[in-house]
Amino acid sequence: MNNYFTSTIFRKILAALSGLFLTFFLLGHLAGNLQLFISGVEGQTQFNKYALFMTTNPVVKLLSILTYASILLHVVLTLYLAFKSRQARPIGYAVSSGNSNSSWSSNNMAILGTFLLLFIIVHMRSFWYEMHFGEMPYQYLDDGTKIKDLYLITTSAFNNPLYTLFYILSMIALALHLKHGVGSAVQTIGLKLPNYEKPLKYIAESVALIIPATFASIPIYLYIKNL
Amino acid sequence: MILDSKVPEGPLESKWTNYKSSVPLVSPANKRRIEVIVVGTGLAGASAAASMAEMGYKVKSFCFQDSPRRAHSIAAQGGINAAKNYQNDGDSVYRLFYDTIKGGDYRSREANVYRLAEVSASIIDQCVAQGVPFAREYGGTLDNRSFGGVQVSRTFYARGQTGQQLLLGAYSALSRQISKGNITMYNRHEMVDIVKIDGKARGVIVRNLLTGEFSRHFGHAVVLATGGYGNVYYLSTNAMGSNVTAAWKAYKQGAAFSNPCFTQIHPTCIPVSGDYQSKLTLMSESLRNDGRIWVPKNKGDNRKPSQIPEDERDYYLERRYPAFGNLVPRDVASRAAKERCDEGFGVGDTGLAVYLDFEDAIKRLGKETVSARYGNLFAMYDKITGDDPYTTPMRIFPAVHYTMGGLWVDYDLMTTVPGLYAIGECNFSDHGANRLGASALMQGLADGYFVLPYTIGKYLSEDIRTEPMDTAHEAFDTAEKKALERTKILLQNNGSRSVESFHRDLGKIVWDYCGMSRNQKSLNEAILSIQSLREEFWKHVKVPGDDKTYNPELDKAGRVADFFELGELMMRDALEREESCGGHFREEYQTQEGEALRDDENYTFASTWEFKGIDKPPTLHKEDLNFETVAPTQRSYK
Amino acid sequence: MTDLQLTLNIWRQRSSSESGKFESYEVDNLNTHMSFLEMLDVLNENLVEENKEPVAFDHDCREGICGMCSMVINGRPHGPMKGTTTCQLHMRHFKNGDTITIEPWRAKAFPVVKDLVVDRSSFDRIIQSGGYVSVNTGSAPDGNAIPIPKSIAEEAFDAAACIGCGACVASCKNASASLFVSAKISQLSLLPQGQPEKNERVKKMVAQMDEEGFGHCTNTGACQAECPKEISVDYIRKMNVDYNLSNIKG
Ligand SMILES: Cc1cc2nc3c(=O)[nH]c(=O)nc-3n(C[C@H](O)[C@H](O)[C@H](O)COP(=O)(O)OP(=O)(O)OC[C@H]3O[C@@H](n4cnc5c(N)ncnc54)[C@H](O)[C@@H]3O)c2cc1C
Ligand code: HEM
Ligand code: SF4
Ligand code: FES
Repeated sequence: MNNYFTSTIFRKILAALSGLFLTFFLLGHLAGNLQLFISGVEGQTQFNKYALFMTTNPVVKLLSILTYASILLHVVLTLYLAFKSRQARPIGYAVSSGNSNSSWSSNNMAILGTFLLLFIIVHMRSFWYEMHFGEMPYQYLDDGTKIKDLYLITTSAFNNPLYTLFYILSMIALALHLKHGVGSAVQTIGLKLPNYEKPLKYIAESVALIIPATFASIPIYLYIKNL
Repeated sequence: MILDSKVPEGPLESKWTNYKSSVPLVSPANKRRIEVIVVGTGLAGASAAASMAEMGYKVKSFCFQDSPRRAHSIAAQGGINAAKNYQNDGDSVYRLFYDTIKGGDYRSREANVYRLAEVSASIIDQCVAQGVPFAREYGGTLDNRSFGGVQVSRTFYARGQTGQQLLLGAYSALSRQISKGNITMYNRHEMVDIVKIDGKARGVIVRNLLTGEFSRHFGHAVVLATGGYGNVYYLSTNAMGSNVTAAWKAYKQGAAFSNPCFTQIHPTCIPVSGDYQSKLTLMSESLRNDGRIWVPKNKGDNRKPSQIPEDERDYYLERRYPAFGNLVPRDVASRAAKERCDEGFGVGDTGLAVYLDFEDAIKRLGKETVSARYGNLFAMYDKITGDDPYTTPMRIFPAVHYTMGGLWVDYDLMTTVPGLYAIGECNFSDHGANRLGASALMQGLADGYFVLPYTIGKYLSEDIRTEPMDTAHEAFDTAEKKALERTKILLQNNGSRSVESFHRDLGKIVWDYCGMSRNQKSLNEAILSIQSLREEFWKHVKVPGDDKTYNPELDKAGRVADFFELGELMMRDALEREESCGGHFREEYQTQEGEALRDDENYTFASTWEFKGIDKPPTLHKEDLNFETVAPTQRSYK
Repeated sequence: MTDLQLTLNIWRQRSSSESGKFESYEVDNLNTHMSFLEMLDVLNENLVEENKEPVAFDHDCREGICGMCSMVINGRPHGPMKGTTTCQLHMRHFKNGDTITIEPWRAKAFPVVKDLVVDRSSFDRIIQSGGYVSVNTGSAPDGNAIPIPKSIAEEAFDAAACIGCGACVASCKNASASLFVSAKISQLSLLPQGQPEKNERVKKMVAQMDEEGFGHCTNTGACQAECPKEISVDYIRKMNVDYNLSNIKG
């Protein structure tokens, strides 16, 4: 009798590990994006060089495959589990007071996650797709070489107020998703030891706030700069 | 009817050992073919079913709750006694035996009580091995507390939830056997009759409470572990479903019933607050260690307790019993509270309550210490009453708690019907006229784990050639028809009064006339009142709904119908016993100071009643109790 | 004692095979000293008098220990008070004129039997799958043979305090039984007596939990908040660890 791999706990562990991996990915991604704060040609050059590196380096390639796999795994597993759990209660309550015993974000992970999925698609379409398959403008470097000008694509994308707004909303969704998600994942994989509960909660909530807030600060900065 | 207690020969200390080494055994191959029915999954039933299944018998278990884990034993709070002498305070099997005999006011059978004390130590070992989280000392060994007046610390406990933890242990053993296929469990099934074939118990008729269906079950032997009947009083500390039905059906099939009037009334319960009240809640006896009990000196003094000055308070226990004060035994404390309230000094909306005051304790010990000792009890009291015992005295009143009486059993725990056994609170065996605190849990588990599994072998060893019987047998037919008939009558009665209202009225009669004190005149009256109320019940009771879906009103109606008959027997029993002993206080038999007066000369026996027909008086048989080891003495607490 | 008048919205369903609906009742002969179940007793006696079928609900001890009572009161299992079962809830926490909605536990693994009564035998089956120590009567060593540190005994007790009521399932948006299951697993895996079967036990009990159709745990914490015995979700964490380790070890 070995149903470990089909058990809810195992699936849940995978969802947590993939979620945590994505959180770490976001940290890395964020570090790269922070270069957009550097203004002028200097910033443009550095960012575009970074983008080139990210699309060609084999180690990064491997990591990115892992990231795609994580997203896929995370989405498939969490939505499957959410679907199964819905089946576990075929008839709902007439009066529900879920938020008096648990947080709003913990009760709306699937909605938040679906919003994030939408964001990921739009986001990939605007930048990743363009970078790989689109008609990219080029930046000509001092040494005469040319590289794809993702910097221009990015800064101009955030000239659009609607696009910027969508990005900011998505980061709010991300913040809420992570607010429950990080702590939950730590609990799922068994690391939320009672003695460390306070500091862990503190770290988890900080991560949940800092990552999306910093992400969001970039388009806000770019938008304001371009006004 | 002959009452043969079948107590083995030999000195008290070696009776059980000799019995065990000479009792006939059933071979493993034969055990597999023998079916045993166990009704009830409390401490007694669950432990018996599990142990017998482990031995190899095929067991069927029944309970009326939705899970065996919810049997009433779950509610026991204080603890369980065992003669382990872990505290090195001089405890021994003999001492536990002696305390139990004395506590029972010399109305129990020595040999049974001795055996109980003897096996008590194994109970603790068994429960620990099952994972019961008993309280422990810092060194990791088991902790004990002292209980109810005895001079040693022999009570094992698991916070205030000892019964729960012990029952969950027994339930886990039961569950293990269910998963192995050795026990078939029937939840939400109520036993409605015993089936006898050729004079022997051969099965039961049960009703599925969810579907109303009756079914028949054969057993080479039938074990009843169906608990106590305190709910005959309507209000008691028992669970709502506790009932006498199973034991009563056995009684009507020829199993004699002993000492039905011996009921324990616990002095510290939360009082009745109105006539909607459905049950009473026990507050631990330990509160009397620091609380002082009083009533106002002036009748009808309606002031808040805090505004009644010291010299207008009557600390009546301290006044009447200077030596023991607030720590007199349960029966004495209960009667004294009743006396004050009867005289009109009671407090609260109903006048049926006395104060249990912690003001002095808080002054003396500080709020913190008091809270460490009783914090959880205070919180529970607050939850129920909305009053804060730190600032205003608790109101308490005695309440029905335990029934010492029950089906008569011999040393083997067999009733007067061959093949029918009774264990736990539903038998009469070990507590005489008054039970000591923490001894019911001990008895239930002793019976179930360590006594019945051996003694039942004696009967079954002679039954190995009996093939399982076809339940199409006419005895099953008749019993099922009778049960079905009764259900029909109840449902079709089309009366005008709810079952609940009848139960309430019956309870009031039993409480008023067969409660904390009894007398000849009112007992005689009560018999007539119960009879006429019973007639009225069958004429006017209204049971809505049908018998095809879950119908709690119908279940309750059947139980209350049996309580009527039991209530009458209790009155007869109380009437017949012209002495005061333990929980039975006959006003005519008291000392000049108003204390219970036992009559050992004429009443050293177990009153054992044989059913003769619903409208005929039962026959009394006496099992003489021979005290060979301890000599009865009078109790005094002055 | 203050008088109370209430409107009750109660789920009525004749049997598991029929569908149910809410019925509304006005009850006025109530007061604030009653317990919630006594309030329902009054309603039921009124119904009997009107020749209607009373509302079926589970209850037995009425002391908060048997785990039988089970109803969702205004969206909250066992009602609004923390650490309180329905039977211990008193009417002083409600106001005159309130409307109270009362529903049964809702979960696929707890089918409604009648009105507010559900079938919780799935819990029994989970215990049967491994919630015990395999020790036959009579084979136990002395109770003090294995000392158990007080702190461990207390922690095991905190888990063992579970009354098996199912409020955790009822409150969980996923109808997950993780709190109940993990409490039993942890009680036994904390104690030395539970060690020999530790790995097998957690595997079997989790498998049975999944098979019964309970949802998975998403750590919302609703169970702990609604549990009348305030069982900690830390036991769920422990269960996850035990489960994974036992499977990794094979
Ligand atoms: C509030 C309270 C506190 C207590 N505290 C203590 C304490 O601290 N120490 C102590 O030693 N004792 C205590 N007692 C007493 C003790 O709990 C009981 O005497 C003991 O648990 C009885 O166990 P039992 O197995 O005989 O019956 P129960 O536990 O009552 O079980 C009866 C079983 O029979 C079943 N049943 C009944 N009738 C039928 C039927 N007709 N058909 C099918 N099944 C049926 C029920 O479903 C149940 O499973 C306390 C009692 C109360 C009320
Ligand atoms: C950058 C993107 C994302 C990150 C960093 C992330 C992170 C996390 C984390 C850490 C968890 C907690 C896992 C646990 O409880 O053990 C989680 C849960 C969840 N995520 Fe995501 N997530 C992301 C995207 C998504 C997407 C795109 C979806 C769905 C479409 C999604 C749906 C969910 C759901 C439904 C849960 C709750 C599942 C459960 O607890 O069982 N997430 N996420
Ligand atoms: S964990 Fe709490 S809510 Fe769940 S069954 Fe146990 S006591 Fe009830
Ligand atoms: S009726 Fe027993 S817990 Fe509520």
